Order: sequence, then C-alpha cells, then structure tokens
Amino acid sequence: MSMPTQADKASKFSDLAQQPDSRGHFGPYGGRFVSETLSFALEELEKVYASLRDDPEFQADFDYDLKHYVGRPSPLYHADRWSRELGGAQIWLKREDLNHTGAHKVNNTIGQALLAKKAGKPRVIAETGAGQHGVATATVAARLGLKCDIYMGAEDVERQKLNVYRMRLLGANVIAVESGSRTLKDAMNEAMRDWVTNVDDTFYIIGTVAGPHPYPEMVRDFNAVVGREARRQSLEQIGRLPDALIACVGGGSNAMGLFYPFLQDEEVAMYGVEAGGKGLETGQHAAPLNAGQPGVLHGNRTYLMSDEGGQIIDTHSISAGLDYPGVGPEHAWLKDVGRVNYVTANDDKVLEAFRELTHVEGIMPALESAHALAYAKVLAPTMRTDEHLIVNLSGRGDKDILTVAKIDGIEF
Amino acid sequence: MNRIDQRFADLKAQSRKALIPYITAGDPAPAYTVGLLHALVESGADILELGIPFSDPMADGPVIQKACERALVHGTRLAHVLDMVDEFRQSDTQTPIVLMGYLNPIERMGFEAFAARCEQVGVDGVLVVDMPPEEADELTACLKPRGVHTIYLVAPTTSETRAATIGRHGAGYLYYVSLKGVTGAATLDVTAVEKQLNSLRRFSDLPLCVGFGIRDGQSAAAVAQVADGVIVGSALVSQIADNAEHIEAIAPALKAVLSDMRQAMDS
Ligand SMILES: Cc1ncc(COP(=O)(O)O)c(C=O)c1O
Repeated sequence: MSMPTQADKASKFSDLAQQPDSRGHFGPYGGRFVSETLSFALEELEKVYASLRDDPEFQADFDYDLKHYVGRPSPLYHADRWSRELGGAQIWLKREDLNHTGAHKVNNTIGQALLAKKAGKPRVIAETGAGQHGVATATVAARLGLKCDIYMGAEDVERQKLNVYRMRLLGANVIAVESGSRTLKDAMNEAMRDWVTNVDDTFYIIGTVAGPHPYPEMVRDFNAVVGREARRQSLEQIGRLPDALIACVGGGSNAMGLFYPFLQDEEVAMYGVEAGGKGLETGQHAAPLNAGQPGVLHGNRTYLMSDEGGQIIDTHSISAGLDYPGVGPEHAWLKDVGRVNYVTANDDKVLEAFRELTHVEGIMPALESAHALAYAKVLAPTMRTDEHLIVNLSGRGDKDILTVAKIDGIEF
Repeated sequence: MNRIDQRFADLKAQSRKALIPYITAGDPAPAYTVGLLHALVESGADILELGIPFSDPMADGPVIQKACERALVHGTRLAHVLDMVDEFRQSDTQTPIVLMGYLNPIERMGFEAFAARCEQVGVDGVLVVDMPPEEADELTACLKPRGVHTIYLVAPTTSETRAATIGRHGAGYLYYVSLKGVTGAATLDVTAVEKQLNSLRRFSDLPLCVGFGIRDGQSAAAVAQVADGVIVGSALVSQIADNAEHIEAIAPALKAVLSDMRQAMDS
C-alpha cells in the first residue's frame, strides 16, 4: 500500500469517521478472519447490532444506564497545578476513573449486556487481562441477572488476585486459562472456543476494539460517549476545541472512544501511547503499532507482535491491561493514514507519572492511564500555556496499589 | 490434474470413500513428521492433512493446541513444514497433501512466496482455518494459477447464502465440520450430518468430507456411508501425545487407529 501524500491526508480526514466498510474493513485492516464455525454467531451479532444501534429505545436505555448507573457524564478536569509544574499546555483530564467500576470499560459492557438481553442470551462470557473488563462484565451481568463466565490467563489470575476475588464476589465464575502464554491473548482464544461451542445461549462481550467485525466498530461506538462528552465539555469549558488528545492504547478502546468524535477536526492532534515496557530496543514491550507488522490474529488484520515465522510473541508491560500483542484495526488504519501519532512510554516513566499525578493532583491513575500521562509530560512542555491538551484518564489506580507496593518493596 | 481431484476421481471409480488423517507438522518433533506421513499412507490414507503449528490455534481443542505447543517448542515454522513436504515427495509423488493452519504464518511469509513454494514442493491444497472466502481473494489469487486448491470449512450453522458462496469459491473438497465447537469435541450424530450434507450438495459438486468427532472404525464407517471422505485428527494426535516419550511407539499406534478405520470403511 502506498503512503498517502499530504494532500490526500487532508481530504481523507473528512471520511475517516465513515469507517469501517460493510464488511468491517478499515482500509486494509479489520475484517472477519474467523473459522466458519464462528461465522453464524458473528452474522447474528451483526444483525442484532444493526437493528438496535439506531433504535431510539435502545439508545434511551443505554443513555439512562450511563447516566444513572455509571455516573456519566464524567468530568473534564483542569489539572491546573500539574500544568503549571510542567510549564506548558493546559492539561485537562477526562475522568473515566470516576465511572462505576473505575474505568472506561463499563461504557462498553453496559452496551453489550443490553444487546445480550435484547438478543435473549441468558449467559455472557468475556476475556480479561488486568481484570477491569472482567469486573465491568461481572457487574452488568449481576445487575441484569445473566450467568457470567470470565476467561483469564492463569498468569494474570496470579498477578491480579484482587480483581479475581472482586469478580467472584459479583457472582461470576473465573476460569484460569492454562494454554499458550497463559495471558490475555490466550484468554481471548479460550473465550472464542467457548463461544463457538455455546453460541445458542451465549453472548461474548469482547473488552476492546479488536476481534472480528462487528466488534471493533461496536465497542468503539459504545465508548465514543467519552469523546462526545469531551468535545462538548471542551467547547463549554475551554471555549474551543483542544489542540491535542492523548490516550493509552492496549487494544485501543479508551483511545478510540476519545478520538472518534474528533477525527474530522483537523486542528486537533492525536497521540496514542503504547506500552514501551522495558524499551522498544529490548523487545520487552507491547507496542505493535511502533514495533510490529501487519498480520491476522483474533479475527482481524492489524499490527501484531509476531516472530519471523508468524508466531505471536510474548509481550511485556508494567500494566496488565496493555499487555496484548495486537491492537484494534482502526488504530492500524489511523496510523497508516497519518491521522494519529502512535508513541510509547516505558515502564519507568509510567511509574514516575503515576506518582506525580497522585502527589500533585491527588488523583491516583491506573497504570494503563499513566502511559498517557507520561506522554503528556513530554508533550505539554513543548506547547504554549494558551494551548490545551486532553488526557484520557481511562481508569483509577486502586487495582494497581499492590503492583506499585511490590516495586517499593512492600508486601501486605 | 491436481492430485486431490485425481484421487477423488480414482476413489469414485472404485466406489470407495476417502480416508484423510491429520497430524500437526513437527509433533512430537520435526525429525519424525515425514516418517509419520509415510506410515499414514501405508495404513490406508488417501489424502494427508498436515497442520502448520500456530501459537494461537483459536478453532482447536486442547489436543491440537498441545500438538502445536510441542511442535513450536522445537522451532517448527512454516518454512520447515514446506521442507517436510519436499522431503516426503522424494519418495511419494502420488498422495495429495493439504496444508492446514492459520493465516498469520502464511501472511508473514508472504502470499507469493508461500504459493510458489507450495507449487515447488508439491502441496495440493491449503485450508486456512481463519480465512473465510470473503477474505480469501489475495491468497487464492496466488495459489490458483499454481494449481493449488483453496479448501474451505462448512459448519452446521452455515447459512444457505454462505454455503452458496463457499461452494463457489472452494476447490478440491469441502470440509464439513460435523459439530459445534472446536476440534476434539464429543461424538457426532450421523443422521443430522447426512441431512446437512444433502442440503450442501445443492450448492456444490465438490466431494464432501466430514471432520470433527471421528475417533474409531465405527464412527468412520458410519460417516463414510453418507460422505465422500472421513477426516480424522484429534484421535491420531492424542496417540502422538500419549506416546511422546516413546517415539518408536507412535507410528505403530497411528497405524493401528487408521487401519482399523480403513477396514471398517471398506467392509
Ligand atoms: C484503565 C484501563 N485503561 C486502558 C486499558 C487498555 O484497554 P484499551 O486500550 O482497550 O482502552 C485497560 C484495560 O484493562 C484499563 O483497565
């Protein structure tokens, strides 16, 4: 594929929001690369979603839950003190950490659980890495009275004990996955296997903008409430659109949610921050957009971390939520067309940002979100004080306290 | 003529059904694969399905997942799998070989390079589990001019519209997945399979082969009554797993399972 010229880029921005095509393609990415055994389930899901996405009653139910159950809209908070310390752009935090269950993940699980209910499926399943998506799924399942099984890599079950217990308290069954590298990607494989076997009564709630069509589009749509609010709040509180947006990118749902409603606003620069881990040069990271190449995994074509033989390789990140070898296909496309800049933040800088925001603003971010903050520390000082930067604070850091304590040499 | 088409033509002339064993290349270690393929032919295989190991075999059950893990530990990659076919062809120029696997290793090698090597070493068909016909144009455009068939799966849940699409795109044979779920799942219902196959025949003239859930002579014979071919995977691969510590016992174990099926199907 040839790279677009500068002139192409400008004209392309106007239809970026029109992606994907009817078969789920974002340029050469996305699609539906699944075994025939899954085609029926995906066709069925596509139909259900198509029939409900523009249905006023469904939208009203979704909006009602977001307002009264999740607590939306989430504030756009001016981190005045931190901005002054960094000595550049004004930093605004989109407070997804204040949502019920503590992250943006619940926006999507509310939407998909409503679909499950409408589709008459009594059981939901999900994959989870850090446990945030698992918790958000278990939460909505409890509320709607759905049976809930959560697949989690055995390695992550060990690393994220607190969230495992949280899910169990919520009535979910947590299944430790022992295959492959025993992490998030393997949990996703296992959830897919469950789904093909139990498709009659089961709805699979994928936790990010990855997977086969229509998941990337659907999860983006459910999370786009973040960007719609941020855009409106920006006009109200700043008096104009922001100059730049920053969000961390694991699978990419919080980033797509923030970016999507701004895609056609050419004056708004966008930065997606991948997990640099111990540094790209060490190979120990989770940055497929920065250091991977296109391939096919989990039902879509996208940038992946794989070896020369095409085998998926292990990733590393201080934050379990970014520890994934792929990335949503829409990000792959936005990278190629040059709409979004994809950068990385290494573990040490992430930890520094985590501590700094906690000290300076009294807000303890999730380690995932701290990747976005780490990049804000780089970008803000290069901007003028009358410029504005929105950082998606995708989640709160309570779940990470044990991880940080361990780094500090403290055991509870 | 493609070896697969030739083989089905021959079988038809003899009123026999195809027996199609599957093993994963490099399982339990790369050095044994070619020998095991010959052993399968000796015990009555008509077509061989050779699995390309993948780190994330989403459509496979635990038996074939473990086989992939055993193969990958030894560094088996797609390039080696193609070399194995090359070696096999030094002494067997007749038995059709189908490579079965997931798209990413093929995409990483490059569709052109893969197709060229397939032709060179004598691969007759390619079944990419996670590549439905809607996403297959690019790879098929490389395989078809080289006489290599693209083979597709059909599932019990496949709609008539899709069955028609698959029938149009497929070549060699159609691989009918007899049950919902992953490879290695429980037993199958032959009456239901027969009904499904009959409706499939409206969309395609290709031979219909049935896989998933065939584990012994009895189930193979029952399926052979209603299908053009019988595919057996997990039942063989679990023999490899059980004997992974006794390499010399693997070939006899595979032969025992397959000969039993052959006999039951032909009697
Ligand atoms: C707080 C938080 N942010 C970000 C992510 C990464 O996911 P995504 O890239 O889909 O937003 C996670 C995933 O667990 C998370 O918990």
